[in-house]
Amino acid sequence: MGMTSTEKILARASGQEEVHAGQLIMADLDLVLGNDITSPVAIGEFARFGTDRVFDKDKVALVPDHFAPNKDIKAATQCKCVREFAHKMDITNYFEVGEMGVEHALLPEKGLVSAGDVVIGADSHTCTYGALGAFSTGVGSTDMAAGMATGKAWFRVPSALKFNLTGSFRPYVSGKDLILHIIGMIGVDGALYRTMEFSGPGVASLSMDDRFTVCNMAIEAGGKNGIFPVDGKTLAYLKESGAREPRIYESDPDATYEKVYEIDLSTIESTVAFPHLPENTHPISQCGEVKIDQVVIGSCTNGRISDLRQAAEILRGRHVAKGIRCLVIPATQKIWRQAMDEGLFDIFMDAGCVISTPTCGPCLGGYMGILAEGERCVSTTNRNFVGRMGHVKSEVYLASPAVAAASAVAGRIADPAKLD
Amino acid sequence: MKARGKVFKYQDNVDTDVIIPARYLNTSSAAELAAHCMEDIDKDFVSNVKKGDIIVAGANFGCGSSREHAPLAIKESGIGCVIATTFARIFYRNAINIGLPILECPAASEAVRAGDEVEVDFDTGTVTDITTGQVFQGEPFPPFMQEIIRDGGLINHLSKTMKEA
Repeated sequence: MGMTSTEKILARASGQEEVHAGQLIMADLDLVLGNDITSPVAIGEFARFGTDRVFDKDKVALVPDHFAPNKDIKAATQCKCVREFAHKMDITNYFEVGEMGVEHALLPEKGLVSAGDVVIGADSHTCTYGALGAFSTGVGSTDMAAGMATGKAWFRVPSALKFNLTGSFRPYVSGKDLILHIIGMIGVDGALYRTMEFSGPGVASLSMDDRFTVCNMAIEAGGKNGIFPVDGKTLAYLKESGAREPRIYESDPDATYEKVYEIDLSTIESTVAFPHLPENTHPISQCGEVKIDQVVIGSCTNGRISDLRQAAEILRGRHVAKGIRCLVIPATQKIWRQAMDEGLFDIFMDAGCVISTPTCGPCLGGYMGILAEGERCVSTTNRNFVGRMGHVKSEVYLASPAVAAASAVAGRIADPAKLD
Repeated sequence: MKARGKVFKYQDNVDTDVIIPARYLNTSSAAELAAHCMEDIDKDFVSNVKKGDIIVAGANFGCGSSREHAPLAIKESGIGCVIATTFARIFYRNAINIGLPILECPAASEAVRAGDEVEVDFDTGTVTDITTGQVFQGEPFPPFMQEIIRDGGLINHLSKTMKEA
């Protein structure tokens, strides 16, 4: 009986020849991740184990990024808790402000994830690393604590949905539009408990940054993990990041899928998810007149260099509409420097944007761009739930960097292909 | 093990941002979190909830973030069980790991009304609506998860199994 790439990775990690959907397994972990929100709870649970060290100090990553740089005294206390734990446990991969970034952009960049790995993170968007051909999934703080102590986690092997991609994107369309399109099609629980496997000839045309964005939002369809096959682009990325030797697993031709979706990339329009669910999508041509107050370009979904380049291409020689705030948040220090060196900051500043240090801040309504009652924001982030970015009566519209930049210029939701 | 209480009823896709908004995540104190539980969709929840009460919701309960603060806030508020058509997967794991009883029971999610008195039997997965007399059969946990719950959550379970090994 054939296996999917996810089943093969989980078989390897649980020391079995074969595993299949529905089976409960105990898997060895290659990396355990936590941030400043989830780690303090995990550290408390870890203490109850009565052990004085983590299973492997090189295989735990702690990234204060959500409310860091510290937004207030309570956040500072939480970051301090993580810092002290990292020091006490001699954690190799603790990233202080100044070297940190938004965790799901940072870890691949630092070469901490390789193909074939099993990764858990106490952050729902840990599914991002499927772009590298890894099995990675979000868990809670208690699972993180157990993972830090034992190097293991239990899983029910997920069944799979396959998305067979053909063709290539139209101009201004990117990975964000693809994943929003898919979530619109299958719904916010359309992939509940399941693997979302992306494959087919269309994969080759997607950049690594596109693939990160697509896998990042697998959780917004309820998915357990998203995963891409490993190709030349993946291997080049892993080599550049200095990641460990990849373990490459391909899905068997006779692997089982609950459903196969055919998607021609050339038919996808720029797509916007309206409040208050990511499944509430509209193609840009049917968005109508939606006036906005703020734009956010950044996050673990769309804060990478190609995202910033796409936004800069739209903003070059243009200006943010009067009265609109446009926040640009490069996801890591490396991306920040790269954007600066490429001259993107000049473009953003000339256009009237503000450029922030890396942080998750506004995405989850933490700080650095909170919305007031009645305000609307076009954001390249991943969730538009009630109150997500501030007041309960504020609204978040999820979109690509190109749509976000075009909307900042127009002062309303706008199609980057039709900007004056 | 059983739970009995008054029902708070919610729709599909109750997300972790409304269960406990991120603006309160600068603390991990269960009591502080519980003081703001559900406030963005039900501002009266905190003042009305009593120990043992039950949340009944639709599909995909707990979708969104991995914050364990969400099941912690619900548990600390006094809720004795959450019944839903389906749960988002991270919330499902977290609830088991911290010992918040949950049950998937689409028929009860559909029929039970806000304010009804409901009894849940976790061993059998049976939900009884005392107010209407209706009985529904939910999906009890697989044995592996029942063990975790019986041991009082994942940490206790692993500590125990590691000692035995």
